Formats: sequence, C-alpha cells, structure tokens
Amino acid sequence: MSAMTRVVGDSIVITKRNLIKVKRVPDLIVFATLSPIMFVLLFRYIFGSAIPIEGIGYAEFLLPGIFAQTVIFGSTITGASLADDVQKGLIERFRSLPMARSAVLIGRTVADQGLNVITIVVMSLTGLLVGWRIRSSFLEALAGFGVLLLFAFAISWMFALVGLLVRTPEVVNNASFIVIFPITFIANTFVPTEGFPTVLRVFADWNPVSSVTQASRELFGNTSPALPPPDVWPLQNPVLYTLIWVALILVIFVPLSIRQYVKAAGR
Amino acid sequence: MSDPIYSVAIVNAAIEVEGLVKRYKETIALAGIDFSVPEGTVLGLLGPNGAGKTTAVRVLSTLIKADEGRASVFGMDVVTDADAVRSTIGLTGQYAAVDEYLTGFENLEMIGRLYQLGKSESRSRATALLERFDLTDAGRRIAKTYSGGMRRRLDVAASLIAQPRVLFLDEPTTGLDPRSRLGMWEFIEELVGEGTTILLTTQYLDEADRLADSIVVIDEGKVIARGTADELKAQVGGERLEFTVGHAAELPELREKLASLAVDEPIVNEQTRSLTIPVAGGADVLRAALARLEGSPITIVDVGLRRPDLDDVFMTLTGHAAEKTADPSTEADEEPVATGRGAKSKSKSKETVR
Repeated sequence: MSAMTRVVGDSIVITKRNLIKVKRVPDLIVFATLSPIMFVLLFRYIFGSAIPIEGIGYAEFLLPGIFAQTVIFGSTITGASLADDVQKGLIERFRSLPMARSAVLIGRTVADQGLNVITIVVMSLTGLLVGWRIRSSFLEALAGFGVLLLFAFAISWMFALVGLLVRTPEVVNNASFIVIFPITFIANTFVPTEGFPTVLRVFADWNPVSSVTQASRELFGNTSPALPPPDVWPLQNPVLYTLIWVALILVIFVPLSIRQYVKAAGR
Repeated sequence: MSDPIYSVAIVNAAIEVEGLVKRYKETIALAGIDFSVPEGTVLGLLGPNGAGKTTAVRVLSTLIKADEGRASVFGMDVVTDADAVRSTIGLTGQYAAVDEYLTGFENLEMIGRLYQLGKSESRSRATALLERFDLTDAGRRIAKTYSGGMRRRLDVAASLIAQPRVLFLDEPTTGLDPRSRLGMWEFIEELVGEGTTILLTTQYLDEADRLADSIVVIDEGKVIARGTADELKAQVGGERLEFTVGHAAELPELREKLASLAVDEPIVNEQTRSLTIPVAGGADVLRAALARLEGSPITIVDVGLRRPDLDDVFMTLTGHAAEKTADPSTEADEEPVATGRGAKSKSKSKETVR
C-alpha cells in the first residue's frame, strides 16, 4: 500500500470518528447551531438598527462578515479537541499504531470543517429569514462558501498546533477568544471601516478576515453599488489575497503541527 | 516446549534493550538499562513511581526516542524501523486510552483500521474481542458509560486487535478493583499461553510474582536487580518466625528462649510487641519453637512462619539504593514513599498457625 493511500485511508477513519462525536455530543451541536442563530439575530437587529449601509440592507452586509467570524471561531474547536485527545491519552495510542503521521490532524481539521458546514447552513437559513439574499449565480455562491471554508480550514491548522502545545482544552478556548475576537472585529465584518482610527483602518485593510469577508460579499453579490470600490490591494483582490494567506498558513502550520504531533507526549 | 535443551536453542529475544539512556531537562529517567525478553515469556518491570518504567515502555513502543543505547523488537530497531515495530506491538498505556464517544465496537473497529486491517477483518476481530473480554452487550454503548474496569478491558482489547506478537502493558491493573484485577491476570495468562510476549510494568509485587517469568527491578532509572521471583527472594534472605506477644516486657524472655533457633540476629520491635527470628528449616522450626514455649506464661497473640515475598525484595533493594545516595542516618523503617504500598500488604503472605 502506498504512503498516499494510507494517508487518505487513515484520515477518513479519523474524520469519521470525529464526526460521530458531533452526533453524540449535544453541546457541540448547540455550539454549532444555536449560537450562530443568536448572533445573526442580535447583530441584524441591534447593529442593524443603528448602522445604515448605503445602497444595501444591513442583513446583506452582515451575513458574509458573520459567516467569516463564525467559521473562524468554529475552527478553534480543532485546538480544544486535540488538547482533549492528548489529555485522554488517545494521541499516544494513535502514535503507537502503524498509521500515517498526518492522519490524526487531517481527520481533525477536515471534520471540524464538517461542523462548520452545518453551522453555515443553519446561519444561511436564518439569514434568509431576516433579509439576506444571494444575488449571484449558484456557482459563485458555492465559491463564496468555499472561500470561507478554505480559510477556516487553514485556521484549523493554526489551532491544531496550539492545541498540541498547550494540551488543555480550556486554555485553548480562552486563548482563542482573546485572539480571535479582536481580529474578527477589527475588520470590515460588521461595520464599514471608513470611520476607524488610522491604525485600526490599516490593520483592517490588510487583515485577511476582511479579505475573506470581501471575497464572500462579492461572490454572494452582497456588495453595495452605492459605496466606492475598495482602495487597497487586498480588498481589490480579495480572493487572491485570501488564497495567499491560506497557502501561507498551511505551508507554515501543517509541518509544524505534524512535528508537534510526533513529539506530543501526553501526560 | 517439553525439551528444555531444544527450547533454549530456538527461543529468540522478542525484545532487546541495550544501554538505554533518557534524560529530561533536570532528571535522568533512564540511566542505562539493559534487558532482553525471550519470545513467549513475560518480563515484569518492577519499580516505584518515577523509577523509569513508563519511560522504558515508551521508548520500546516508539513513542519517544532514547538519548543513548538501542532497543529492538524481533530485531527491528524501534527508531529506524519504527513503523514495522508498530505493526508488531500492542500498547496498553497507564490510562485507558479509549474514545469516550465511540461505542466499544467502534473503538475496536477504528483501531483495527488504523492497524491497516481491512474493514471486514477489523469488524470481525472487534466482535470476537468484545466477546472475549465480556463486553458483547456493552459493545453497543458509548465508552463514556463504562466502569473503570470495563474501560481498561476495552483498552487491552484495542491493543490486541492486530494480534500483536509483543504486548506492552503499563501498570495494567492500577486502579482496578480486586475482582477486575484477577480477571486481568487471567487474560494475561491466556495470552501468554497463546505465545504472546509480554512486557509488564507494575508496582504490585504479587502481580509480578504471579505473572512474570523473569523480573527486572529498576529504581532511579537503573536496574538494581534481576532474576526470577525465586532468585530475587533468595537474594533477600530466608524465612523467619514472627511472634507477637501481649506485653512488650515479655519480649526479652521470648527472645532468650528461642535464640538458639535463629540463624541470624533476631529483631525486637517493642512498638508492635513483635519478635522476628531469621530461621532455616521451615515448618519444623515453627514446631520446635512452639514446643519450647509449652508451659511458658508468655502471652502469644500471633505467631507465623513468614517467607520472603517480593515486598521484602523491593524494600531491601530500594533501601540499599537509598542508602547509597541519601545520608546514612536514614533508618530502615523510614522507607521512601513509593515503597509504602509494599509494607501495607506485608501480612498477606504470613502463614498463621491455626
């Protein structure tokens, strides 16, 4: 059996294992569905009541942004789950098996995007109820979801490393909140960035969360014709800029995470 | 293997360990240990907490790399040929590593698949192992609902799914109730009967005594003794008579009466009102001692002939080891914490006169 078949086969086994857990842990389903519904409703009616977006309803402006934030938060589960597996000795068991070194991490990051798909479906339905519309073609819309999930997948690999390093799920959760929260807010996710102080504005312009949001806005047809087109390169080429980030993150974090997995020694 | 001469010639070393050294930042977990385990036998790796037992198992099961020395399983090096080693071994770690949200069956099937067994092969073996480990009904429930003993059984079953020729069991009965412990011992004996080579780490001396063909005692990363259980017992010394009297004041008289039976200096302990007399000659000596006490006013509360068990071996050996490094004023009864367990179970090998 070639090394590649083994990587694929083992990754499928691990992905299945992780998805079974989604089915059996009510907390995960709640986290993945109820809280996104709540956030869509809260942001739509609270921020939406005060933030007028020229030429477009706030729901259309909001949904791509909140998709981006939610799938990024969804990817932090990767870290907490791996930390949990280290704590429970499962990683050590896997490491004693003649399986592909990368499979546990591939199976984890892929399964976590499975959870993100569920989340996106639930949010989309909620969004449709509160005024969000896809105004592009079916394929473009698919591409929009694709960009979101691809970026989230890359973030999953960052958190894989974090989870293997810190080894306690709670620490991963707290750390992710402190880092992810500002990064997803200092962006074009929930409000236009024109009014930001300069430093934050520059950060937002180059923040990949902004480009992911901009890319999906364009691909869903949720850009406002009344607003001036973006004047910075990342937002003028949001798909390309996002893909560069995805590639960069994967090139760095896939090898680092696998190396850490091989070293992860459990308790 | 009825013909011992022939068997010596065909028995190969299943596990070979030479000069293994493993250092962590401040501590030396393994300070150069050597041993080998012939195929189809059980080696008991005995030692207190932190002696280096688990480190040795983790080097052998390819989880960590040693800093010096080499280790091999059936001639395959655990570092350069790690994948081949992994296909040959089963590992049951100190903590039951089962996925709580999978059923017993799903756990076994997953591990089977990751051992690169096919889907149907994994499933049929999973079913057979659940049956064997008395988990057939539980196999449909998620492992979160299992008791500690059931989890441990599932964990051992998982390490057996690829029918490994070498099995590492790291403290397989720690935390189990006496019944589950006995059950585990029986499983281990069955496996040995089927030809599996087992390396077992334990803190329990009775466990090593019952299961291990040979024993390696390690402490502070060094081998401090090795041999069969009998050889180790012989190393500690022979049997002795233990008397407990009603009043400590009676001890000197008792001692005097029995002095001529002693082969070594008797030990008087006023606190426990006991007298321990090293003897030789087994039950006859006990009978002779009792005969001497006939008509004596000494109140005998308890009397027994005590043979050394591994507890004594352990205390003697780690006691020596401690003397070398610690200050010489350390009293023999101030044993290191880790050997306290041994002291507790001491009375069980006593053959009390009925």
